[in-house]
Amino acid sequence: MKVQDEFVRKLASQDKRADGRKMDEMRKVTVDTKPIEKAEGCALVTIGKTKVIAGVKLGVGEPFSDRPDEGVLMSNAEFSPIASPELEPGPPSIESVELARVVDRGIRESGAIDVKKLCIKKGEKVWMVYVDVNILDDFGNLQDAAALAASAALDTAVFPKLDKENNVDLYAPKTKNKLPVKFRPVSCSFHKVGDKLLLDPTKDEEKAASARLTIATRDDGNLCAIQKGGDVGFTADEINKAAEISVKVGKEMRKLLK
Amino acid sequence: MKKVIGMKRNDGRKPEDFRELEIEAGVLENATGSARVRMGRTIAVAGVYGPREMFPRRLQNPEKATLQLRYTMAPFSTDERVRPGLSRRGKEISMVSGKAVEAAIFLDDFPKASIDVFVDIIQADAGTRTAAINAAAVALADAGVPMRDMVSSVAVGKIDGTYVVDLAGKEEDASACDLPIAYMPNQDKITLLQMDGDISKEDLKKMLELAKDAARKIHKVQVEALKKRWLK
Repeated sequence: MKVQDEFVRKLASQDKRADGRKMDEMRKVTVDTKPIEKAEGCALVTIGKTKVIAGVKLGVGEPFSDRPDEGVLMSNAEFSPIASPELEPGPPSIESVELARVVDRGIRESGAIDVKKLCIKKGEKVWMVYVDVNILDDFGNLQDAAALAASAALDTAVFPKLDKENNVDLYAPKTKNKLPVKFRPVSCSFHKVGDKLLLDPTKDEEKAASARLTIATRDDGNLCAIQKGGDVGFTADEINKAAEISVKVGKEMRKLLK
Repeated sequence: MKKVIGMKRNDGRKPEDFRELEIEAGVLENATGSARVRMGRTIAVAGVYGPREMFPRRLQNPEKATLQLRYTMAPFSTDERVRPGLSRRGKEISMVSGKAVEAAIFLDDFPKASIDVFVDIIQADAGTRTAAINAAAVALADAGVPMRDMVSSVAVGKIDGTYVVDLAGKEEDASACDLPIAYMPNQDKITLLQMDGDISKEDLKKMLELAKDAARKIHKVQVEALKKRWLK
C-alpha cells in the first residue's frame, strides 16, 4: 500500500522504525534445535513473528563424477502458502528458489561442511545432505531466518546408521556422530528505504524498500555469500558498512547456536 | 512382525487408547486460524485463510464457498526424505481430508468465496491424515468459520485379532488393515472413511464403534484447545 510505504520511508528518513528499533537492530531471535526427532538435524527459528523450520536428512547416493570423494549438499526452501495470505500453491516461485540458493551458497561456499569427510566409498557411495527449509509464518526477513535455521539444523545433525551394504538402516537408531561442521554461516539482510539501510526488515519495510542486500558471514568473521536484489544500486560505502554490521550481528546470532 | 502381544502395545498403550494427544490453537499469526496437533510422534500444523475472494474468478461457485485443503509433508518429516511438492498420494489425501471437514461447514453462507486450509506435516509417524483433519478442523474453528460440528479423526487397525486404535509407526505395517475415519460427534456422521486390508463385515461394525468412541474423546481435546485459546 502506497500510504504504508510512504509512512515507512518518512520514519526511515528520521532514522526511526515503526516498531521502535534502531536501523541496525534485529528483532528478537530464538532457536529451538530439537523440535522433532525423525530428521537427522532440525531447528525452529523465529525472528520477531517470522517463523521457519529447517530439517536435515542424510541419505546415501552416488558422487558427482568430477568429485568422486566428496559428499553432496542440497538445499531447498518451500514457501508453503500457510505462511502468508499472499502466497499461492504451485511450483516453487522465483523468490523461494533465490532464497534457497542464497542459503545454499552460504553453506557451500563457506566450506561449512567438510564434504571430503562425507565419502563412504570413493567413486561409489557418498553421503547426500539435504537441508530443507519450510516457511511457517512470514513477517519479513525470511532470508536470515532460513539461513540461521539451516545452520542450526546442520550444527545439531547426526549420522544415521549404515547397514552392511552401506545403505541407511532406517530401523536402527541414529548414531551419536555429528556431521563434520566447520563453520556456521549466518546471514544479515538489509533493505534500502530511501537512502537508509534497515537491518532485519519487517514485511512493511520490505514492501517499501527499493533494494536489498544479504551478506552471510562465518564464525571467523569472513564473508561467504552476498546477494544484491531490487531496483536501485548501493554505494561501496553502504556495502562496506553493511558488511561491518553483518560480522558484528552474525557473531551475536551465532551465540544462539550451541 | 508380531510385537503387539495380547493387550500390550509397543508404547504401552491399551488397544483402545489413542496416542498422547496435544492440540494448540492459534499457533500462526498470518493465518486467519491455525492449529498444531501432535498425535504421538506425528505432528501436523494447519493454517486457514478465508473465507476470502476466490481466484481465479471462473472457479467461483455463485451458490456457496469452495473449501480447498492442501496437505503436504515436510521433506524432513519421515525416515527417508520425501521429495517436496504435491505427490499423487498428497493430492488424494488433500481431497478426501478436504471433503471430511467440508461436511461440517456452512458453505452456503459465503457464496463465491474460498476457504483455504493448508496442512503441513512436520513429522510423520503414521496417521498423518487423521492428524491433518484434527488440525484442520480446529484451525477452521479458530478462524471463526461457522461450523455445524467439530470433525474428529482417528484410525483403527487389527493386529493379531485385536482391534487397535490410532496405529503408530510400525504398527501400521503389522496391522491387517488400516481404517481411518473422520467423525462429526454431535451429528453422528462419518465424513471420511477409507480402508485397506482384509476384514469381515463384523470386523467393520466393531471397528467403526471403536473409532467413534475414540473420536468422541479426541473431540473433547479439540474443544479444550479452542477454549484455552478463546476463553480468557
